[in-house]
Amino acid sequence: MANPDLGQRDLQAAATSHRGDRIFNRVVTGAAFTALLVLAGIAVFLGIQVIPAFQSQGLSFLTSTGWDINTDPPTAGIFGMLYGSLLIAGIGLVIGTPVALLLSIFLVFIAPPRVSRILTNFIDLMAAIPSVILGLWAFYILNSQAQVWQELLNQYLGWIPIFQNDSGNFQGTPFIAGFVLAIMMIPIVTSVTREVLGRTPPELINASEALGCSMWTMLRYVALPYGRGGIVGGIMLGLGRALGETVAVFFVLKIVFDTNWYHVIESGGGSVATLIVSRFGEVSGAFELNLLLAAGFFLFLGTLIVNVIANLIVTRTGRLQK
Amino acid sequence: MSTSEFEEIIVLEEQLIEAEATAPRPVELAAQDVSVWFGKRKVLEGVSIDFPKNTVTALIGPSGCGKSTFIRTLNRLHELIPGAALAGQVVYEGQDIYSKDVDPVHIRLKIGMVFQKPNPFPSMTIRGNVLSGLKLSGMKRSGHDEIVEETLTKAGLWKEVKDRLNHAAGDLSGGQQQRLVIARALAVNPHVLLMDEPCSALDPASTLKIEETIRDLSSSVTIVIVTHNMQQAVRVADNTAFFLASENEPGHVVEQGVTTDIFGNPQDQRTLDYVNGRFG
Repeated sequence: MANPDLGQRDLQAAATSHRGDRIFNRVVTGAAFTALLVLAGIAVFLGIQVIPAFQSQGLSFLTSTGWDINTDPPTAGIFGMLYGSLLIAGIGLVIGTPVALLLSIFLVFIAPPRVSRILTNFIDLMAAIPSVILGLWAFYILNSQAQVWQELLNQYLGWIPIFQNDSGNFQGTPFIAGFVLAIMMIPIVTSVTREVLGRTPPELINASEALGCSMWTMLRYVALPYGRGGIVGGIMLGLGRALGETVAVFFVLKIVFDTNWYHVIESGGGSVATLIVSRFGEVSGAFELNLLLAAGFFLFLGTLIVNVIANLIVTRTGRLQK
Repeated sequence: MSTSEFEEIIVLEEQLIEAEATAPRPVELAAQDVSVWFGKRKVLEGVSIDFPKNTVTALIGPSGCGKSTFIRTLNRLHELIPGAALAGQVVYEGQDIYSKDVDPVHIRLKIGMVFQKPNPFPSMTIRGNVLSGLKLSGMKRSGHDEIVEETLTKAGLWKEVKDRLNHAAGDLSGGQQQRLVIARALAVNPHVLLMDEPCSALDPASTLKIEETIRDLSSSVTIVIVTHNMQQAVRVADNTAFFLASENEPGHVVEQGVTTDIFGNPQDQRTLDYVNGRFG
């Protein structure tokens, strides 16, 4: 007769029967869920703040630009700030990405291994610069330098709408803020793209060399397409960092409550993060605090969306490669 | 034309064909006293081999005897490794390919290479892979559709892929990928094809297909193939060179000649031992 004990058994239970393993299992699982819990907690906390903001301002909180808290009734709208966050992050991307990409190409394919190792360490150190230091540097050094660059841009390329500046004031512009963000993004984007390019299979490099390929064509047709998903992911990571960056930008970006659509070397606009940090110290009361937290919620939402899009792009390009 | 005249012509033609088959073929590529270093380590010593036009030459020998290194010197791929150095010369088109006025890109296009592991470009389609050599080297050849069909046919892959030329190359099996890589190498019209253990990552059925392809190609291309598989050398190669390296010594050629002689009547005891599987 068949032994009833030999029927279908749950092997998972047997695999985790060791007491130490079980405890370890729970600790690890708990740690994993903590991340989720923190995320959810922040979302709920900020989400609650949105309700009173919308009750008083309605949808114009998102679609208008202004910050007149002491009038009756008070008006507040963060559209210009939301857009400004995107604009300066975009400027950071435009300046920082090519540098990061060229840098990683140099590190992976051109530099002798020793030079590459040393330089990589320095670039990683760049990421360790506290953003407040970077902000101070930008305030004291970059500001005056960038004056000159911006004036030159305006003088020679002023016919391109983005380089127009009718006011003659080049202080606290999105360009300067974007430049600071570019410096902050470069180590992040570089470390990801370097990693990705370094993983180009040697047999593919062999293949292109055997086909009489130059370095440039190898990069263009082999290494860059191979690493495309990872490179886009790295850029998006940098963008996520740039969108949320506060302190460094706070030092150099002048907040003006209007929407600066594209005049990147003319002061105007602002960013959500600088809005919050600049108002927070002199907040006029619970209501304004509430509005700032609501603005924070949308900043949070924005970075979340960027990250989700980044993930979608990475998985999509990853699929195309197969 | 009378019957006897006709027969005479037939006989003459047969004689001609026979004469062509037995006549020594001109040398397409020749290594002359080639020694190779990686940094300070000498890995090959004084290798001289002639590769006659439109023949298959097998390079055999145990692992680490410098066969793969040697084959990479034949189209200037060896120099891409940091610290690489070379003595002697490799003569192609009447000129040392290592002389100053020779463009390595030209050499690599005329002397193609197929590697151990199939390496099609995964982000390109089958068609794109075949044409990639043209694209990567900036070489202009018209009639891309014809090139794709012709080279895939030569590589013995056309029938299997003709309805999915625009599929990703990664969808093919290992054996198909290797034949695709051969087609890719052929698309730039090389005179010589170097193959570094092209079947070692493949199953027996795919191996046979590649060997068929090699035999077919040898009517129009000079082939040099590194192989660990001695039966394969017997099956595909007209000539064979046996490489050997003693411990801490650079590799060298022990014996070379017509394949049937190397395997049937070797002159050196070490060759006899190796081809009979006593070491290696």
